[in-house]
Amino acid sequence: MSWAETYATAWHAIRSHLMRSLLTVLGILIGIAAVVLTVGLGLGTQRDVSAEISSLGSNLLIVTPGSDTDAEGMRGGFGTGQTLTRRDGQALSSQVTVPDAESVALERESSQSIEAGQSNWTTTVTGVSGEWLHTRSREVALGSFVTEGSVDEVVLGATTAEELFGTTVVVGQTVTIADNSFQVVGVLAEQGSSAETDLDDAAIVSLDAMSSVIVGGTSSETVSTIYLKAASTDQISAVKQQATALLLNLHGITQPDDADFTVSAQNALVGTATSVYRTLTVLLASIAALSLLVGGIGVMNIMLVSVTERTNEIGLRKALGAQPTAIRRQFLTEAAMLGLTGGLLGALLGIVAARVLPTLIGSSVVVLPLAVIGSICVAVAIAMIFGVYPAVRAARLAPIDALRSQ
Amino acid sequence: MNATSVAAADYGLVADEPDQAVIRLSDARKTYRTGSMEFEALRGVDLQIQRGEYVAIIGPSGSGKSTLMNILGCLDVLSDGDYRLAGHNVADLDSVELAKLRNEEIGFVFQQFHLLADLSAVRNVELPLIYRGLGKRERRERALRALERVGLADKTANRPGELSGGQQQRVAVARALVGDPALILADEPTGNLDSTSTRDVLALLDSLQQQGRTIVLITHEPDVAQRAQRVVQMRDGELEELSSPRSHAAIRSGIEVAR
Ligand SMILES: Nc1ncnc2c1ncn2[C@@H]1O[C@H](COP(=O)(O)OP(=O)(O)OP(=O)(O)O)[C@@H](O)[C@H]1O
Ligand SMILES: [Mg+2]
Repeated sequence: MSWAETYATAWHAIRSHLMRSLLTVLGILIGIAAVVLTVGLGLGTQRDVSAEISSLGSNLLIVTPGSDTDAEGMRGGFGTGQTLTRRDGQALSSQVTVPDAESVALERESSQSIEAGQSNWTTTVTGVSGEWLHTRSREVALGSFVTEGSVDEVVLGATTAEELFGTTVVVGQTVTIADNSFQVVGVLAEQGSSAETDLDDAAIVSLDAMSSVIVGGTSSETVSTIYLKAASTDQISAVKQQATALLLNLHGITQPDDADFTVSAQNALVGTATSVYRTLTVLLASIAALSLLVGGIGVMNIMLVSVTERTNEIGLRKALGAQPTAIRRQFLTEAAMLGLTGGLLGALLGIVAARVLPTLIGSSVVVLPLAVIGSICVAVAIAMIFGVYPAVRAARLAPIDALRSQ
Repeated sequence: MNATSVAAADYGLVADEPDQAVIRLSDARKTYRTGSMEFEALRGVDLQIQRGEYVAIIGPSGSGKSTLMNILGCLDVLSDGDYRLAGHNVADLDSVELAKLRNEEIGFVFQQFHLLADLSAVRNVELPLIYRGLGKRERRERALRALERVGLADKTANRPGELSGGQQQRVAVARALVGDPALILADEPTGNLDSTSTRDVLALLDSLQQQGRTIVLITHEPDVAQRAQRVVQMRDGELEELSSPRSHAAIRSGIEVAR
């Protein structure tokens, strides 16, 4: 029997058992759509959670002056030394030397009293340079951010603005810091409190304004902290290595133990993030495996029943001279047609649902091509194995035994 | 499967050497097992059928006629004994050779018809030709001709469920004829037919025999058995030769005894 003949026979069988064929296709379809969707939902959730964790600063590295490894040799004491400079910050911003860092920000802090008309409020004023907003995961709620190099612009935290003006609508107002007049150009979006500090009690100026106008003095090149943001939590240790090597080199230090700076990560957060990823990945893999299994068993069931029902037909075809190959081919083709139709329709349904679902439940769904293709392959394979296995078994019977089976 | 050219002569089933037996059963035994129960349906049957012979098998219900027929048609295997078809020991043939043999040399009419319910009459009749690798047009032509010969030219598009019992039986006969087999095995081919249709089918078998085909027929009806040159009787799994001469009375009495 030729292949064309085989297709015609398979197609005829599918059409004449329309209900059963539709049910088979439906079973495969639902299985595939479920796999595509669950994997997609899992990946989407993983992405959402990982974005959430990064915004907490899990991929943030903090470079501070002084060493915490050598208690006696602390040059100038932990955090108070003047060993970090703008030059260090510029070097760390280079894509060549620290390729895995996404952004860098420099800070120099000073506690100052800010005056606005009758009221005054003492807070930490921070001079910043580089991509500070992105690196520290902050946003401007009103107005704009301070311009790099400006000496008369300030952005206030929400708490500070409230304390000084009783409102956060303060863009355009003037405040005085260390006898210098600054115009409020923006207000930071609220961030809430971390354990020890109110992140909304802040005043941000440019690093130049801090160095030359507010504190002045000889140490205009000094910075108090450099922040490096890695593209993801996975890259944090790479960035740490690159930054440490670069700074040791710049500072002319050969022994890592002699370092006059400290590069630290928010280890607790990184640990949490890693374990959350691991849990999510395991969860995801189990859900995908489970839905494949359930879908597969459904397909297996339908194929086994529908082919076993046709043992009689197989017996007759054999009695009339069908070779075992012809029987195998007929059922293989039929199963492949059903499996492929169900697989493609299921993938389509899954992809459509992945588009629609986020708008309904607000969680993102990532369609992974591997999940789509993989599940189609598995469905077709299962359909073929369990469609052909009973057919092969029936074809091995003496024709009369197959004919007699009911 | 492009073995259309494999001629009947390959298996030596055509009557070109009339002295050689086409069917040679020796001490054939068939035991059915149902759970722990055993039933011996054939108890040492010896049977030789020459090329071109027309043999009728009669016997009471349950005596093993269909069992014997299934063995002759290579649809079932013996539990013990020896079956030679055209000189070949059937037990030595592999599944591919057996399939080819059934397809090209044997036409089988089943007692229960065994038509595929999803296929129209003409498609059912075409089936053996599909497995012979014939092209669509030739297949259709031959199937239509076979249906015409059994008087069903107007029912070719009907499915078995849309045909009467007698019509289904005639479709089964047409399917057995369509491939021009050398050996026709018919299990009660006229069981459901009225006298006119019976006469037509028997005339068909006669003309096939005149073309040199070998015919083995199971029947209950004396008139039908009488058409054959030779009548054998099954009884409790054993075979007994009845009168060779075409004596109506002898056969009738054989059938009476069988009942
Ligand atoms: N598959 C089977 N398993 C067990 N016993 C069987 C099987 N097939 C047939 N038999 C038994 O073998 C015996 C012979 O059956 P067979 O079908 O050959 O009878 P038969 O002569 O064709 O009868 P009928 O004229 O009613 O068709 C019966 O007693 C039957 O019960
Ligand atoms: Mg019978």
